[in-house]
Parts: sequence; structure tokens; C-alpha cells
Amino acid sequence: MLEAARCIVVRDLLVAWRRRSDVATALLFFVIVTSLFPLGIGAEPELLRSIAPGVIWVAALLSCMLSLGRLFAADHSDGTLEQLLLSSAPLGVIAAAKALAHWLVSGLPLVLIAPLIALQYDLPAPLYPVLALSLLLGTPVLSLIGAIGAALTLGLRGGGVLLSLLVLPLYVPVLIMGAGSVDMAAAGLAPDGQLLLLAALLIVAAAFAPWAIAAALRISME
Amino acid sequence: MGGYGLYVWGAYGVTFLLIGVEIALLVNRSRKCSETKT
Amino acid sequence: MTAQSVKWFWYASPQTFYPVAGVIARWCGAAAAVLCAAGLYIGLLVAPTDAQQGEAYRIIFIHVPAAWMSMFIYVVMAFWAAIGLAFNTRLSHMMASALAPTGALFTFIALWTGSFWGKPTWGTWWVWDARLTSELILLFLYFGFMALQAAIDDRRRAERAGALLAIVGVVNVPIIYYSVQWWNTLHQGASVSLTRAPSMAATMLTGMLVMALAFWMYSIAVTLLRVRCLILENR
Repeated sequence: MLEAARCIVVRDLLVAWRRRSDVATALLFFVIVTSLFPLGIGAEPELLRSIAPGVIWVAALLSCMLSLGRLFAADHSDGTLEQLLLSSAPLGVIAAAKALAHWLVSGLPLVLIAPLIALQYDLPAPLYPVLALSLLLGTPVLSLIGAIGAALTLGLRGGGVLLSLLVLPLYVPVLIMGAGSVDMAAAGLAPDGQLLLLAALLIVAAAFAPWAIAAALRISME
Repeated sequence: MGGYGLYVWGAYGVTFLLIGVEIALLVNRSRKCSETKT
Repeated sequence: MTAQSVKWFWYASPQTFYPVAGVIARWCGAAAAVLCAAGLYIGLLVAPTDAQQGEAYRIIFIHVPAAWMSMFIYVVMAFWAAIGLAFNTRLSHMMASALAPTGALFTFIALWTGSFWGKPTWGTWWVWDARLTSELILLFLYFGFMALQAAIDDRRRAERAGALLAIVGVVNVPIIYYSVQWWNTLHQGASVSLTRAPSMAATMLTGMLVMALAFWMYSIAVTLLRVRCLILENR
């Protein structure tokens, strides 16, 4: 079972490596979006410092969502997905492995890039660890929940936009807790509550999302 | 309505208007599908 | 297979259910009209004027029942979705699909009336308070369900995909509600909140309950009519 999971993660990472530009584009999107806000709102440092957590988190949400299309599409078009459905490994494990690979490629880099963006927004340095930790806990949840949406909208016309409509409302708690934790830290209070809730969301998502993803894949592939 | 007429009737009015629209659309749909599919 | 279980699945047949739905719809529709008249009478004529908000508070007789219905319908929708996935009965899926538009309607009404209540009391057309924000997200959830079902041509896949989405959604609704409530208290403080209705005189509560019942009867009637259409359209 773990062997199958390892196989899939390695394979997905290899495929992502071979299509580096796809991955890089999504990350570039994250950077570009965060650059747009000062251009639209004004570059006053006080203002930027206060909106930074929210902006970074919303950009992370959107970037993660954009890359969800790639999760199952390639496998679906070349028939791999059918084989995965027929394999002896539990489909939930396979789904979790794919979500993990997706997070490693689309979510983890955001955690690493975010401090640079925070620098642009003049966020005080002590807040960087909180920001990074909130993203570290939150982005896997985004990948897991997003994968459910990606599985449900497999092969549909208007898939990308429809996926956004389905998935963004479900992202709201993660956004609130993630941005909220940094806001709390910025106000001088302990962000423990929000971070623990993010961890709880992660545990619940990790426990239940794979089975929802598997069910969604079966529904979409009949 | 003590000066709040716009708000109260605006709220109630749109509510019952939308309910009426929903009923009208349903009646129309009901008529269409019982006509074509007998 | 006991006689009891046979009876349930008897009504799960669309053909059998069709006339039953019609009868129930007619009675519920009549009940809705009566209850609505009673509720409006209580709300607009009998209930006393509020000391703080004047006549504007009368909007709660629509706003609160609509908000209750919007959430109740979503749960019922998810219930039928789960039954449909578990027992593979088409009628259950049709019930879920039929509930969505009415649920979305009540959500919109809750938002609209909430906005119209907010303007005279708080001065703005939109208030980012916990209930309105949660209702807005609930509206997106309803739209997502309807959009997903509309985007899939294969009816069976559409029903089952929507069902899964509804179940995932219903699990998330409490999480969304509580996180929005937390967010609201952090950012706005308790002063700006539509959730603080005027202290409830007995007549006000009665009016709200009667209107809620009216909306409930209305929802049943409209949903069953819609299910009848779905049954005919999917023969």
C-alpha cells in the first residue's frame, strides 16, 4: 500500500519535473498577483503591512486552485487514471498520494516564496515564521480539498472556472484561520489558536478527503 | 412604516416577487413537461 | 426483507411517488398560504413597534425565517443526496436536485432582506457580519451544486457528483459558520451585528415562527412540484 503511494508520488514529481514550466508558471502567478495589490491599492507601507497576510493567503489560494486542473487531467487523457482505478491499491491511498505530490509541487514552494513577498509588503520579520507555518499547515488542506473538486469536474467543459466556484467556498475556513494567525501575531497576541485550528483542519482533511476524492473519481470515471 | 417604508416594503416586496417568480416558472415548466411527454 | 422495508422502496419508485407528491404539494401549498397570511398579520399589524429600530425591525419576520430555511434546506438536500448515494435510488437524487433552487432562493432572500435591514439600522447596504457572510458563502455552495449538475450531461454522473458535493458541503457548513463568526468578532467587534435582534417580545417570536412554518410548507410544496417535473423529464 505504501509502495503504491511512494510510486505515485515519485511518478507525479517526475512528471512535474519534466513539465517544469507549468509548475513555474503557477508559482509566478502567485508572485504576480501579490504584486498587483499595491499597484491597485497604493504603496503606503502602513496599509501594505496590514493587508499583507490576507493578500498572501488569497494569492496562495488562487495559485493552488489554478494548479488543480493539472492534478488528474493528464492521467485522465492518457488512460492512466483508469488503470489506477483498477489497481489493487486502495483508491483512497492513491488519491492521497496524488494530493501529496500536488502539494509538494504547488503548495510547498509557496511556503518558501512567501517570506520574500512578506518582505515586499514590509511585514515585520518576527511574523515570517508564523506566516510560513500557517501556509505550511494550510496549503496541504487546499490541495486535499481542491483534489475533491478536481475529481468531480474531471473532463467537464468550463472545468477551471467551475472548479473555482466549487472549491473556493470550502477554502474559506482555511483562509480565515491562516490569515488570522498572522494578524493575531501582528497584533502582538499569540497565534496559537488559529494555528492549532489549522492543524486540526489538516488532520481532518487528511483523514477524510482521500475517500471523498476516491468516491469522486469513481463517479467521474463511470 | 414610520419612515422606513422603502426598506420594509423593499424587503417584503422583493421577497414575494421572487417567490411569485419561482412559482410561475415552476407552473410553466410543469405545463411544458406534461404537454410534451404524455 | 420485512414488510416495512418493502413499503419504503415502494414510494421510492418515481411512478408511485408522482401522484403522492401532487397531493402533498397541494395541501402544503394551502397551508403555506394560510400560515403566511397569519404570519404577515402578526408581523405587520400585531407585533409592537421596536423601541430602538422603529418599524424597520419588521424585516426580521422574513429575514430570520428565510435564513433558517436556507440552512435547513441545505441539510435536507445533503440528506437526500446521501440516501441517493447509499441506496442508488434515482428519486432521492431528484429530491436533492429539486431542493437546491428553493434553497438558493431563500438564501438570496435572507441576503436581500438582511441588506435592507442593515441600511436603516447601520447605515450601509452591506455589513460583513457573521450571518450575512455565512449566508453569502452558503449561496455560493448552492450555486456550485447547481452549476456542477448543469455542467454534466450524463444524468447519472451529474446526480452522483452533485450528491458528493452536497455531502462535502454540509460537513463544511458548520466549519465555515464558526470560522466566519470568529473572524467577525476579531475584525468588527460586537457593535456591528445583525444577529442582535430586538429583545424578543412574545408576539415577535410567534410571528417569526409562523412565517418560518409558512416558508417550510412553501418549500415542501414547491420542491414536490419540481420533483414531479423532474420525474416527467427523466422518464
